[in-house]
Amino acid sequence: MHPVRKQRLILVLVLVALSSAAVGFVTYAMRENMDYFYAPSAFAAGEVPFEKRIRAGGCVVPGSVQRSEDSLDVQFVITDGEAELAVVFDKILPDLFAEGEAAVITGQLMHSGVLRADQVLAKHDESYTPPEVADSMVSHKSCADGAKI
Amino acid sequence: MAWQWFHRLGSPRWFYQKTSGWLPWLALASVILLVTGSVWGLGFAPEDAKQGNSYRIIFIHVPAAFLALAGYYIMAISGAIGLIWKMKLSFAVMRAAAPIGAVLTFISLFTGAVWGKPTWGTYWVWDARITSMLILLFLYIGVMALSHAVSREQVADKASALLALVGTVNIPIIYKSVDWWFTLHQPATIRLTESSSIDPSMFYPLLVMISGFYCTYAWTLLTHTRALILRREMKTQWVQQELAGEK
Repeated sequence: MHPVRKQRLILVLVLVALSSAAVGFVTYAMRENMDYFYAPSAFAAGEVPFEKRIRAGGCVVPGSVQRSEDSLDVQFVITDGEAELAVVFDKILPDLFAEGEAAVITGQLMHSGVLRADQVLAKHDESYTPPEVADSMVSHKSCADGAKI
Repeated sequence: MAWQWFHRLGSPRWFYQKTSGWLPWLALASVILLVTGSVWGLGFAPEDAKQGNSYRIIFIHVPAAFLALAGYYIMAISGAIGLIWKMKLSFAVMRAAAPIGAVLTFISLFTGAVWGKPTWGTYWVWDARITSMLILLFLYIGVMALSHAVSREQVADKASALLALVGTVNIPIIYKSVDWWFTLHQPATIRLTESSSIDPSMFYPLLVMISGFYCTYAWTLLTHTRALILRREMKTQWVQQELAGEK
């Protein structure tokens, strides 16, 4: 390889390496802001501020969803396998919201330790299965089994 | 000399004449694969147990996103080769790849939003995956804008190649964002190292669509590069002959 071209090749590689390192450091410095939501264990550890708009994400604990008889009010518990967080919500839940599925909640953490939600989003997992296959699965794969949220 | 073949490869004329014969085959393969994949995926693949029919957007969304990322490397590596070897052909490939990549990135963002509404309950969130994908769209548009902003072609080529190279850092971030951080977007369904979490009856039409997108990408990139070569080499004798012959 011609020495001039070799030099230019090295310059290109250095450019890519330095810009990657710069972006890498910035991302690392901002790592706590890169997450879209807090896991329930972050709430348990006291890392989440009270009465500020924040997001929480986790698996809806099977059997925890309680709907009110006369209003849209609903309460449920989410978990990340280590800690649990109670959520109250008073609007319509998305179609794919279900027990044993993940959800991402925007709301405010009350001093009682309950998250009052103003938006609930269903988080879809990465599996794609036809209905017959899903029905025949002996144990339905649920995010409550400890799969990564 | 070991590098001679490489320099011959860089001749726009050689490239133009060599690729003429490939185009009809690539176009044929693209049409066959895309038609087969669409009919199979939209008409015959079973519906998803949870998402119903809305999951079928995967047959457009995933191939478009694949090519949007792979196409960025094609653009950046062409730019690097152009910088190192001062090859006109390589810069032409880089310029041709930018709008194609921008369109593919837009398709994957748009189809994702359409799917997000019935699935998540929202069109858009600012999570790491979706935001980094939006940055990719801006990088493609930035390369396009920069390559047209400077009237001296050589300067424009170098500047766009540098921007494209700096932007490569975004590609692994997009790819790994769903593993590194909590995002609303789900992790990858198709994985090279582990078994895929998609039923074979849905996976095979998806593979057909992905290969169809690859062929369409190659066809579009070649056609666009050839058009750019003709414009850049307008005054040369071989282009005059080539155009006279085609009449």
